[in-house]
Amino acid sequence: MGLSLAGASPAPVNQQYLFEARQMQALSLSVHIPLVCFGIAFPALVLFAEWRYLRTGDPVYRTVARRWSRIMLALFAVGVVTGTILSFELGLLWPVWMQDFGNVFGLGFTLEGFSFFVEAIFIGIYAYGWDRLRPWLHFASGLPIALAGISGSFFVISVNAWMNHPTGFTLRDGRAVDAHPWSALFANPFFYAEYVHMYFAGYIVCGFLMAGAYAWAFLRGRRGRYERTALRISLTAAAVAAPLEVVVGDWAARDVAQYQPVKLAAMEGLAQTTRGAAEHLLGWYNGHAVVWGIEIPKLLALLAFHNPNATVKGLDIVPLADQPPVNVVRFAFQTMVGIGTLFALLSLFYLYISLRRRRLPNARWFYWAVLLAGPLSVVALIAGWITTEVGRQPWIVYDVMRVDAAVTGAHIIPFGYGALCLVYLGLAGAVVWLLRRFSRIPLEDDDAG
Amino acid sequence: MLADVPIVFVLIGITAYTVLSGADFGAGLWMLVPGGGQASAAATRDDTRHAIGPVWEANHVWLIFVLTVMWTCYPVAFGSIVSTLAVPLLIAAIGIIFRGTTYALRSQLERGEGRGVELVENLFALSSVLTPFALATVVGGIATGRVPVGNARGNIITSWLNPVSIMAGVLAVAFSGYLAAVYLAADARRLSERTLMRDFRHRALLSGVAAGALALAGLLVVRAEAGTLWHGLTTGAGLALVIVSGLAGVMTLVLVWRGYFGLARASAALAVAAVIAGWAAAQEPLLLPGLTVRAAAAGRATLIATIIGVAVGAAVLVPSLGLLYTLVLRGRLDAAASDEPAAPASVPGPVVVPVARRAASVPGTRLAWAFAGVSLVAGVGLLVFASPAWAIAIGVLALLACAVTVFALTAAPEDGA
Repeated sequence: MGLSLAGASPAPVNQQYLFEARQMQALSLSVHIPLVCFGIAFPALVLFAEWRYLRTGDPVYRTVARRWSRIMLALFAVGVVTGTILSFELGLLWPVWMQDFGNVFGLGFTLEGFSFFVEAIFIGIYAYGWDRLRPWLHFASGLPIALAGISGSFFVISVNAWMNHPTGFTLRDGRAVDAHPWSALFANPFFYAEYVHMYFAGYIVCGFLMAGAYAWAFLRGRRGRYERTALRISLTAAAVAAPLEVVVGDWAARDVAQYQPVKLAAMEGLAQTTRGAAEHLLGWYNGHAVVWGIEIPKLLALLAFHNPNATVKGLDIVPLADQPPVNVVRFAFQTMVGIGTLFALLSLFYLYISLRRRRLPNARWFYWAVLLAGPLSVVALIAGWITTEVGRQPWIVYDVMRVDAAVTGAHIIPFGYGALCLVYLGLAGAVVWLLRRFSRIPLEDDDAG
Repeated sequence: MLADVPIVFVLIGITAYTVLSGADFGAGLWMLVPGGGQASAAATRDDTRHAIGPVWEANHVWLIFVLTVMWTCYPVAFGSIVSTLAVPLLIAAIGIIFRGTTYALRSQLERGEGRGVELVENLFALSSVLTPFALATVVGGIATGRVPVGNARGNIITSWLNPVSIMAGVLAVAFSGYLAAVYLAADARRLSERTLMRDFRHRALLSGVAAGALALAGLLVVRAEAGTLWHGLTTGAGLALVIVSGLAGVMTLVLVWRGYFGLARASAALAVAAVIAGWAAAQEPLLLPGLTVRAAAAGRATLIATIIGVAVGAAVLVPSLGLLYTLVLRGRLDAAASDEPAAPASVPGPVVVPVARRAASVPGTRLAWAFAGVSLVAGVGLLVFASPAWAIAIGVLALLACAVTVFALTAAPEDGA
C-alpha cells in the first residue's frame, strides 16, 4: 500500500534546484572527507606516540601524544557535526533515493552509527583521561578509537561502493524489493579496492597535513626534539602510504574498467571503443577526442586489462544523456594521479635519506615540499572523490536510478545551500584560527602534570 | 511482529537522545541565563560547560542512530518526513553545526577571555536552544498527522509551525533545561561545590514546575488542535502512559526537593520515556496518515539484518557506555588540578634526555627489513597480477604488513629523532 501512495515512480519531481542540491551535497562531503582521514589515521599515530612513551619513558613522545590528542578531540567534534549534516542531507536532498533503496544500503549507515558511538565514547575517555587513568589503561582506552575509525569508514564506503555497483535486490516499479543488505554491501566486488584506496589516502592526508605544520616550524628555525619527533611520525605515516597507494590505485582503476566502463572512458577521454587504446596525459577532451595531450600508445589497454591489445570500451557504448561530464572527471583524475605520483617520489626520497643516513633530510626544498604536500593531499583527496562521484553521473544508483529522480520536491534548497555556505565558511575560518592557536601554545603546558 | 521491532529501536533511540542529549542542550540554556544564583555567572558557565565535555559527543550519536534505523527499516516514511519537514530539519542541522563547533572552539580557549570567547559561548548557548526546539517541532508535525506520504507533499511551513509543534518545541527546551539542572546539581555535589549545587537545585525546581505546567498546557493545545492524537492520549495505553509520565514528573520534583539527585535522574528519564511511548501508543498502528508501521516496513531480510546489526552493536555499545558514564559519575574524568597551567619555571624544557634507550639490535632490524621487502614484493605481485578474491586479500594484508614494518623502523629510530 505504501508503494502506490509513495509516488515512487521513476518520474522525477519538477525540481528546478537540482544543481543547488548537488552543490550542497558536494560542499558538505568535501568538508567532511578530510576529517574522515583524521578519523582513519590519527588515532593510530597518537597511540604510536603514547606507546613509545610507555616503552621508553621518553617525555617527548608524551608531549606529542598529548598535544595531538587535543587536536584529535577538536577535529572529531567538527567531524561529528559535519557527519551529522551529511546524514541529514542524504534524506533532505534525496528522499526518493532513501525511500526506494534505503532498505538495501541503510544497514551500512546503521552499523556505522555504532562505530561512531564507540569512537565518541572512547575519545571522551581518552582525551579527558590523561593523568587520571593508569598509563596502560589510558593507552588501552585509545585502541577502540582507532578500530572504530577503521570500521566506520568501512561501513560508509560500503554504501558508496553499492551506489557505484548496486547488487543484492530486485527492481520492481523503480523500487528495490527483496533486498539482501549483507551481500549487497559486503559481498560487492567493487567495494574492497575503493575501501583500501580510501584507507591509505587517510594516512596520506593526515600524515602530510600534520607533517606540513612541522615543516613550517622547521623552515622558521624551530627544530627542537619535539618538532623532529612529531615530524618524523607524521611524515613517515604519509611516506609509507603514498608509494603503496600507487599499487592500490592501479587495482581500483582495473575494478572501474571492469564494472564501470563509462566512468573509465570519461576518466581517459575515450570517445570510441578502441582496441589497444592509448593513454593521454594532460590535454582537453573536445567531445570527440583528447587534443593537446601527450599520447602514449596502448598504455590504457595495458593498464586497464594487462594486455596492450585489449579492447577498451568508449563513451559511445551509452547515449550522450547517460555520459558524465568528461573534462571534469578527466581533469580530477589526472590531478589525483599527478599529485599522487609526486607524493610517491617525495616519500621515496624521504625514506631513502631516513634509512641510509639515519636522519631527517637537510635540504630546505624538502621542507617546502612537505609544507606544500599538506594542502595538496586534500586537493588530491577531493579530486579522487570528484572522479568517482561525478564519474558515476547521471546515476545516483548506477544504471538504476538517476540523480534527478532522487531529488527532493521541497523548494527550499537555495536557502539551505546559501545558509550552509556561510556556516562552512565560518567553520573553515574557525578551524584555521584554532590550529594556529594550537601551534602557539608553549610546549611546557602539555608537559605539566 | 518483525516490522515492529525497529520502531521500538527508534523509540528507545529518541528517548535516549531526549534524556541524554537533552541534558547537554539544557546545559547550553543555563549558559545563556547563568545569573540569578549565588554563584557568579562566570563560575556557573564554566561548571556547565565542563560538565558535558566527555559525554556530549556520545550522547549526540543517538540522533544518528534514530535516523539510520528509520531510513533503513521504514524508508518510505523517512523520505516523506524529511522532505516535508525539510525546514526545521535544516534549522536543526545548522544548530548542530554551531553547537559542536563552538564547543570545540571554546574548549581550546581554556584561559581565554574577551569578546571572542563571549561570542563563541553565546553562539553555543543559542544553538543549544534552537536545535531541540526545531527537532521537537518535527515530532509535533508527525504526531499531528501533517506529513502525508510522498516527496514533499505536506505544507512546508504549517507542517512544523503549528500550535502543537510550537508547544512541543517550547516544552523540549524547558525540559532540557530541567534535566540539565538536575544533572548539574548532582555534578556540583560530587565536586563539593555547595553554592552551585543549591543554585542548580533551585533552577531544577523552577524549570521542573515550568515544564510540568507547559506539559499540561500542551495537552490542552492537543485537545483543541489534534483530535486524533488527543483521543489516543486519553484512552487505553496512551492514557496509562500519560499518567505514568505525570506521576514520574511529580516524583522527580519531590526527589529534587529532597536532594536525591541521582534518583531524580532516573525518574526524569522515566517521565520522558513514558511520554514518548504514550505518543507511540496514541498513533499506533499508523506511522504517517494512511501508512501503518507494517506497511512502511522494509522487507524481511532488511529487518532481520538491522535487528542483528543492532543486537551486535548493542553488545559493544552497552558496556562502552557503562564504562563512560561510570568514569564520569565517579569523577574520574573531572578536570584535575594538574590541568591548570603550571609555572613554566617548574617544568623541565622539552630537551629532556630519554630515560631508557636500548641499543639497536642489528640482526633484528635486518630481519625486519627483509620481511618488509618480501611482503612488498608479495603484495605488489598479488595486487597487480592475481584476480581471485583470496589472493587479493592476501596481497592487501602483505602491503599492510610492509607498511607497518617500514613505519615502525622509520618513525622512531632507536638513536632518537
